[in-house]
Amino acid sequence: MSVQKVKKIKRSRSDRGILSVGYSLLALFTAAIIVPLAYVVIASFMDPNVLNNQGISFRMGDWSLEAYRRVLEDEMIWRGFANSFFYSVTATAISVFITLLAAYPMSKRELVGRTFFNALFIITMFFGGGLIPTFILMNELRLVNTVWAILLPGAFNVWNMILARTYYQSISKELWEASQIDGANEIQYFFQILLPLCKPIIAVLALWGFVGMWNSYFDAMIYLNDASLQPLQLVLRSILVQNTPQSGMIADIQSTAEMAKMAELLKYSTIVVSSLPLLVMYPFFQKYFDKGVMVGSIKG
Amino acid sequence: MEVEAKKTLTYQKRTTRQKLLYVRKNWQLYVIFLLPALVLTVIFKYLPMGGILMAFEDYNVRLGLLGSEWVGLDYFKRFLSSPDFMSYLLNTLKLSLYGLLWGFPAPIILALLLNQIRRTGIKKKIQLLIYAPNFISVIVLCGMVRMFLSPVGPLNQLLGTTTNWMTMPEAFRTIYIASGIWQGAGWASIMYTAALSNVSKELEEAATIDGANILQQIWYVQLPAIKNIIVIQFILSAGNIMSVGFEKAYALQTGMNLPTSEIISTYVYKIGLLNGDYGYSTAVGIFNSVINVLLLLLVNWIVSKLNDGEGL
Repeated sequence: MSVQKVKKIKRSRSDRGILSVGYSLLALFTAAIIVPLAYVVIASFMDPNVLNNQGISFRMGDWSLEAYRRVLEDEMIWRGFANSFFYSVTATAISVFITLLAAYPMSKRELVGRTFFNALFIITMFFGGGLIPTFILMNELRLVNTVWAILLPGAFNVWNMILARTYYQSISKELWEASQIDGANEIQYFFQILLPLCKPIIAVLALWGFVGMWNSYFDAMIYLNDASLQPLQLVLRSILVQNTPQSGMIADIQSTAEMAKMAELLKYSTIVVSSLPLLVMYPFFQKYFDKGVMVGSIKG
Repeated sequence: MEVEAKKTLTYQKRTTRQKLLYVRKNWQLYVIFLLPALVLTVIFKYLPMGGILMAFEDYNVRLGLLGSEWVGLDYFKRFLSSPDFMSYLLNTLKLSLYGLLWGFPAPIILALLLNQIRRTGIKKKIQLLIYAPNFISVIVLCGMVRMFLSPVGPLNQLLGTTTNWMTMPEAFRTIYIASGIWQGAGWASIMYTAALSNVSKELEEAATIDGANILQQIWYVQLPAIKNIIVIQFILSAGNIMSVGFEKAYALQTGMNLPTSEIISTYVYKIGLLNGDYGYSTAVGIFNSVINVLLLLLVNWIVSKLNDGEGL
């Protein structure tokens, strides 16, 4: 019905003018997204000399898988992947669990001390000790250079707690009353009745947590010196930003000039290898992200 | 709303005895649900706040936080009178103000444009594409920027020049903000797109029949529908003016572009962790977060004045 109706209304001439300007802008923006990404992918398959002399080329003879071989044979990249996967999964699991737990009492208006706890949590969103005091504390707690330095400090997220709390409050209170009549205690109600109803918010918090942890590097940079603990982003940082490819990747090349060309090419293939997993996976999770945005805007 | 307010009021009126009874009966809520979050908050958020004392003393690891020599406001005087610090402060402010100016409207415009597309198939495909950069990490984004803008990179190959933009202080802000829009505008538009999809079709049709053109529809029908979300987003971003992200600025810094790219967070990191000047670094950090809190309160106050008493 409504689709037919929409089609019936003709755009006026001035409207079509405005629209064509608008659509051109949108097309331009979309192209600006695609072109750099496509360039990186194509460039990653080039021969190092071709890339250095003329950029990308579409002659099959100029293509090579050499850079991929070198990246995929590198031990640090794989270790980075493994570490990042471990940090992202573990940190997300811990953080989502603790946040969901804390949000439950905070969702009860009758909770004694609710205002106090609320203030205690909210203050930390806007004010903190800062970099050095936090670092010194972590040092004194002997957490520096351990995985806990990455997993623990962010394990309770106030903003996510507020989102979860809002979500709990949208669930009918009669459910809780009924469970009380049936003799369930809070723990039974929370795990057996409430959580199964909260799958959308759990999915959203988990996805946000995973992506955020996977892509960050600051905490790892200050707390982890041990190369074997470092996540992928730190390995990428030395290759892409500090211009120092893993020595194993180019050690066999004799001339310095050839080495530099290969180092440049390796950047492209490293980007593809490291970004592909999230870029390929995200369309499958998109509906959860869309939902998450709505959950987030409920608060506002 | 009113009923809820009354309820809260009666909860607050309980006697101490009633409250104690509640806690005893519902101990699980405190010990099992709330305790882990409380412990983490106290250890990792409140304990470091004690370290703020460092900003007022000549901190010595052996003498500890309470034993070190007291220097009062020396550090604050030192950085407030230092021309370097003033330029970092200005860099921070300019980066976020210009960022807000260009970056804030971008997702709104995107959402309004997407909203005009009537064929859902095409709309979905465009959305899928423009959301993608959000899933690229800061490091990869900055790596791409550095490669594309390098003297031998594709942009120079295209223009036939060998300009090294990454070393030009005057190019840093443009690079930072443009790459930010490239990465984030699509993703940020989701929220507005979702809100726009709730605008009643009847209202839009009525407006068309009354002879409103597209711009008038946008102004009178669609923008009012997303006004609240715009306000909230604005408060949130304005409140973050002083906390420009460390990760991206640091990854885009080169030795040469520091005159514009050194911001407070990177400065705090360098003098604190790299140079070991703990007290000074902490003082700068405190100054920064106090301004941040004040800004947030100010923006919230202004918006609540403009928005019929509704702030955040």
